[in-house]
Amino acid sequence: MRIDELIAQAKVIWEDALEAAFNISPQEAEFHCKPDRMNEFCNWLHHQKIYHFAGMIVEERSNRWDIHYLFYEEGVAVRILVKTGGPLDQKSFQSISRTIHAADWYEREAEDLFGLVFEGHPRLGDFILHDDVWQEGVEPMRAGFNIGAALENHKPKRDWRPRRIVRAPGSFIMPVGPVYSGDAESVHFHLETVGEEVIRVFPRLFFKYRGVEKIAEGQSVDEALLLAERFAGTTAFSHALAFCMAVEKIGPTVVPERAVALRVFFAELERCRHHIGVIESICNSTGLAVAASQAAILEEDALRLACELAGHRYLFGLVVPGGLSCDLDTDRCCQAVNKLKGIVQRLNDLDQALTASSSFLDRIEEVGIITESQARDYELVGPVARGSSYCNDLRRAQPYLLYDQYDFEIPCEQEGDGYARLRLLFAEVNQSLRIMDQVTENMPTGPVSNPYSVSPGAAVAGVETPRGATWHWVRVAEDGKIARYRPITPSFANWHGLHLAVESFAFQDFPIVLATFGLSVSENDR
Amino acid sequence: MNKWIEKGLRTGVVTTPYPKGRDEAAGISPGLPDAGAEVQDDNNTIASRCPTDALQPTDGPIKVDQRRCIHCFRCVRNAGEPFPWDSGFEWASLMSEASVFPPSFRRSLHIRVIDAGDCGACLNEVKLLNNPYYNMHRLGFFITPTPRQADVLLVIGPVADHMKIPLLKAYEAMPDPKRVMAVGVCALSGGVFRSGFIVGSGVSDLIPVDVEVPGCPPPPLAILHGLLVLAGRSEPHQFIEPANPVEGGVR
Ligand code: SF4
Repeated sequence: MRIDELIAQAKVIWEDALEAAFNISPQEAEFHCKPDRMNEFCNWLHHQKIYHFAGMIVEERSNRWDIHYLFYEEGVAVRILVKTGGPLDQKSFQSISRTIHAADWYEREAEDLFGLVFEGHPRLGDFILHDDVWQEGVEPMRAGFNIGAALENHKPKRDWRPRRIVRAPGSFIMPVGPVYSGDAESVHFHLETVGEEVIRVFPRLFFKYRGVEKIAEGQSVDEALLLAERFAGTTAFSHALAFCMAVEKIGPTVVPERAVALRVFFAELERCRHHIGVIESICNSTGLAVAASQAAILEEDALRLACELAGHRYLFGLVVPGGLSCDLDTDRCCQAVNKLKGIVQRLNDLDQALTASSSFLDRIEEVGIITESQARDYELVGPVARGSSYCNDLRRAQPYLLYDQYDFEIPCEQEGDGYARLRLLFAEVNQSLRIMDQVTENMPTGPVSNPYSVSPGAAVAGVETPRGATWHWVRVAEDGKIARYRPITPSFANWHGLHLAVESFAFQDFPIVLATFGLSVSENDR
Repeated sequence: MNKWIEKGLRTGVVTTPYPKGRDEAAGISPGLPDAGAEVQDDNNTIASRCPTDALQPTDGPIKVDQRRCIHCFRCVRNAGEPFPWDSGFEWASLMSEASVFPPSFRRSLHIRVIDAGDCGACLNEVKLLNNPYYNMHRLGFFITPTPRQADVLLVIGPVADHMKIPLLKAYEAMPDPKRVMAVGVCALSGGVFRSGFIVGSGVSDLIPVDVEVPGCPPPPLAILHGLLVLAGRSEPHQFIEPANPVEGGVR
């Protein structure tokens, strides 16, 4: 739907609920909604107008709360910010998660970090700051919060017990983590069971909460870039890119064509490497050692390729506001694509070998099923959503960089099981290679960066990271320092939906389902 | 099943010649600023490009603290004279001679990895040590799921506040003699998360550290070098004073 049509329509239907409705740019609309009508209005937008819910951004301004709900439409590059708020002493807002379940965790997060209460939300508290370590009333994202003093004044609840839902004879909670397995990221699971079957799973996250959003406050753009790049190191390039795109929008800074093309090139290289890594961990989770080793060799090859090209195995330090920090001559891009073709060729051989291994397929077929409607209710993103025919990819849905100029497909699978997600990873690597091939064929010439100067303002930018859509919201204050940095991450959305895939499957399937989700804890915890 | 065996055999040996020989393959390490470089920084322009004070101006040549470098490449790529670069990977520093294991441990070590809030990159490099390229099993190094069988506690990440208790519990559960290896800039000093929800600045604020491996993240070979140093099979890059020694650390 065209943005002015939507605004006109909303003005008629929601005359009494909206305080303002206007477009910020040809692609972005902003609606200011009365706090007590939020639930109805967002419901209309999401369920009747079929806009995707992307996430929520809470800001404490000098004298008021600004709460933004981000929606977007597929295919037409339309982003919508629904804004509500109130004076700082207002602590209670309407919950929209009653009708948009995907907002559930965002509201819990805001409650824990800002002390806001969302009326109608069934369960707030004990989310980011764990109750067994922290007392109530610690609100780290509030202005003036002193981390050092807070860390000294832990008052844990000694009587904390995990919540039990399952009340059946012989039911118990099987705790896993936070330190478990040989080399897993730190996360804790409560698996409720009466025997073989996992009835309910409750992932307890945020063991790795470092307060990235808080650290960024008051930093310069250059400093915050280091954070954006390093809070989720295995997808560093995509996150740094989203951050840079947001500040370039505030600037505004035009990125030279060559840099745009190279950004696509490296983003796709990162996607290939990331997907090969997930394939490796899926093989590993089923105990298929040779296949896991084969994939691990290819992952290392891809890492070395990145290091040869950009100096760093995980592409740190490459993307900067205004472009890239170094150039790459086109010949080397072509050589790299040729090398990558060899890697992908061997990966496809592995794919074929796996397809012919019935013992392997037995373990991932028809386990960890997510239906399309579940994927939509939870607004899952990335390969996890696309494995359940919820085909949502920002490169297509909200084209950025030059993605609308390249010929590629968004692979999609129907079954929603572990095998569908695995097939999707293989297919996406091939598509990434196809894009990189086109980039090198028509590489623009010229510089790779334009001068960038910081200016005040706020903007949001979306990027399809290897794990799915991310949105980075940046507000730069008058003094050029970051006032608010808010990354909305794909792992946060997908961890929310993990329980759907695990529940009612057997214990031994749990690590396999987890591997097929390809989740990152650090990206979620921030 | 046979085809997997065949596939495995066909792949041949890809394992690095290190530590017997030198590994000079491209892309194995992002390198670090050259600690031996004699660069004068008269008007403090080079050092001011470094966001982490890894390059410190002195009266003489710039002092390089590799343990703080986060590979942002601003000292090389930003306008001005590029700082000399060292492309190696043998960076592990030892706290003292006593940090090395007794000789009976030379051949084999069991390692418990603790992710205390890393970004995923350090952990991935640790994981890759089991990859055929590095194959640390051939050197007698094994990752173990339980701290009770571990000789080495390999800690990555800045120690996020919630990970403090799990980390201490794992350390206490280890039998003596035990050693702690801090891997990655975050674990050494808190890195870019220094002002966040983390305990102190680095692992050594909580438990005594024996060997430090810098890098952001350190490549697999740098971590391997750290393990070899602990086992007394390789020379450390340098001996250093711990940044924040822990009083009465158990040994
Ligand atoms: S790469 Fe960055 S952190 Fe390392 S020394 Fe150079 S400027 Fe400092």
